[in-house]
Amino acid sequence: MKRNDKTPLMRVQGISVRLGGREILKSVSLDLYEGEMKVLIGPSGGGKSTLLQCMNYLILPDRGEIELEGRNVDPHNARELCSFRQQVGMIFQDFNLFDHLTAVENVGIALRKVRGMGRTEARDRAMAELERVGLGDKARLYPAELSGGQKQRVSIARALAMDPKVMLLDEPTSALDPELVSEVLTVIRGLAQNGMTMVMATHQMGFTRSLADEVLFMQEGQIIEQGSPKDLLADGSGTRTLDFCSQILDVEGCTP
Amino acid sequence: MNEEFAFLLQKLIPALNTGVLMSIRLIVPSAVLGLALGIVVGSLRAYGGRYLAPVAKGYAALFRGTPLVIQLFILYFGLPNIGIYFEPYTAAVLGFTMCSAAYHSEYIRGGLLSIKRGQVLAAQALGFSTFSTLVWIIIPQAFRRALPGCGNEIVYLIKYSSLAYVVTCFELTGQAKIVASETFRFSEVFMVVGVYYLALVSVASWGLRRLEKKLEIPGFGH
Repeated sequence: MKRNDKTPLMRVQGISVRLGGREILKSVSLDLYEGEMKVLIGPSGGGKSTLLQCMNYLILPDRGEIELEGRNVDPHNARELCSFRQQVGMIFQDFNLFDHLTAVENVGIALRKVRGMGRTEARDRAMAELERVGLGDKARLYPAELSGGQKQRVSIARALAMDPKVMLLDEPTSALDPELVSEVLTVIRGLAQNGMTMVMATHQMGFTRSLADEVLFMQEGQIIEQGSPKDLLADGSGTRTLDFCSQILDVEGCTP
Repeated sequence: MNEEFAFLLQKLIPALNTGVLMSIRLIVPSAVLGLALGIVVGSLRAYGGRYLAPVAKGYAALFRGTPLVIQLFILYFGLPNIGIYFEPYTAAVLGFTMCSAAYHSEYIRGGLLSIKRGQVLAAQALGFSTFSTLVWIIIPQAFRRALPGCGNEIVYLIKYSSLAYVVTCFELTGQAKIVASETFRFSEVFMVVGVYYLALVSVASWGLRRLEKKLEIPGFGH
C-alpha cells in the first residue's frame, strides 16, 4: 500500500494562521504520502482554502512548518520559496488564467520565465500538457473564449507542466456550471489513477468516495475528523462528516 | 492674394517646417521616455511596498501638482544656480518626460489595480517572483487597460510641447511667434500653426488606435 512509505512526501506541522484578529487555522498538521489523495471537506469558512494556500506558502502561516521530501522549507528565502512552489501545483476555484495569453501560452509562460526554457521547447511541452487534458484543439484560444470547464482544464495543464510533486486543488469544480463538472473531474481522476499526490477541497461526494484515500473534515480551523471515506461516510457511522454530507444537496449525493 | 501666397510659401511654411521638426524631436523621445518612466512610477505606486511606494507617490504628487512652466523654469533657469546646466533641448525633453510620466503613472496604477489578485496568486503558485509576475503577467494586462488614458496623455504632450519655447527651444510655436512678431500677421500665422498641431495630433491618434488594435485580445477588458 501507498501508506507504507517511510517518510511522508509532504509534512505539515502545527500550522496556525490569524487573519484580522480571527484564528483561521488552529495548529493543523497532516502527513501526505506519495501517490495519496486526501480530500478536505467541511463548511465554508472552516479553513480549507487557507490550509491549501498555506501549503504553497501563498499565505505565510504565523506558526508551523512545512517539509517537502523531508526538507524544511524557509518561506523567507525567495529562491527556496520559488523552487518549493514550482514543486507544489495549485488549482484555484476560479481558474485564475492569465487573461492576456492564449491557452498554450498560459501553460508555457512559467516554463519560459520561471524555468528558463526556450520558446519552442516550452510550446511543445505546453501542447503536450493541453493534449493530456483534452484541449489540444483549443491551444490558440484566449481564456475569454473558453468555457469554465475548459479554463479549469487549462489551469490543470498549466500546473502539470511544472512537473509538480504535489497538487493542491481548491474546490476546482465549485465555480462551474453543473454540466461542466464531469469533464474536470475526469481529468483529476486520471491524475489520481496515474499516482499524482493530491490534496483537494471539494463537495463532490461521489468522487470522494471512489477516489479519496483519506477524508479530512475541517471545521473552525481544525481537522476534527479524519479517516477513509468508507469509515467516515458509512451509514450510521454517526460522524460529523456524514452529518455534513447529508446536508449538502449534491447531484452525486452521498445519502441514498 | 499673391502677396499672401508669397508670405505663406516663402516665409511662414519654411519656418514652421523647421519648427515642426523640432517639435517632433521633442515629442517622440518625451512620449517614449515618459511612458516608460510612467510604467515604472505607476508600478512602484501600486507594488512598491513600504519604502518605494511613498517615493513614487511623492514624485507623482509633485509633478502633477505644479505647472509644467514652473518645472521647465526650474530645470533651465534654476538648476544652473547649483551648478547643473542643461541645453534648452535637453531641459525641455527632461521636463516633458518627468511631467508626462507623473500623469502616465496614474493611468498605469489604475490599470494595475484592475487586474484581479487571483492572477498574482496563480503566478506565485507557479514559482514566479514578484518582479517577474509584474513584468510578464500584470503589466502586459495593465498596459492594455491603461492605453486609452496614456494615449490621451500623449495627445496632451503634443500640445504642451509648445511650452519648450520658454526655455528658448524653438519648436513649432516658437518659430510661429518669431514670424508673427516680425510680420504682425498673427491670425494667419497661428491659424496655420493650429493646422500643424491638428495634423500632429491626428497622426498620433491614428497610431495609438492602431496600437490598441494590434494589442487587442478577444474578450479582454469586457
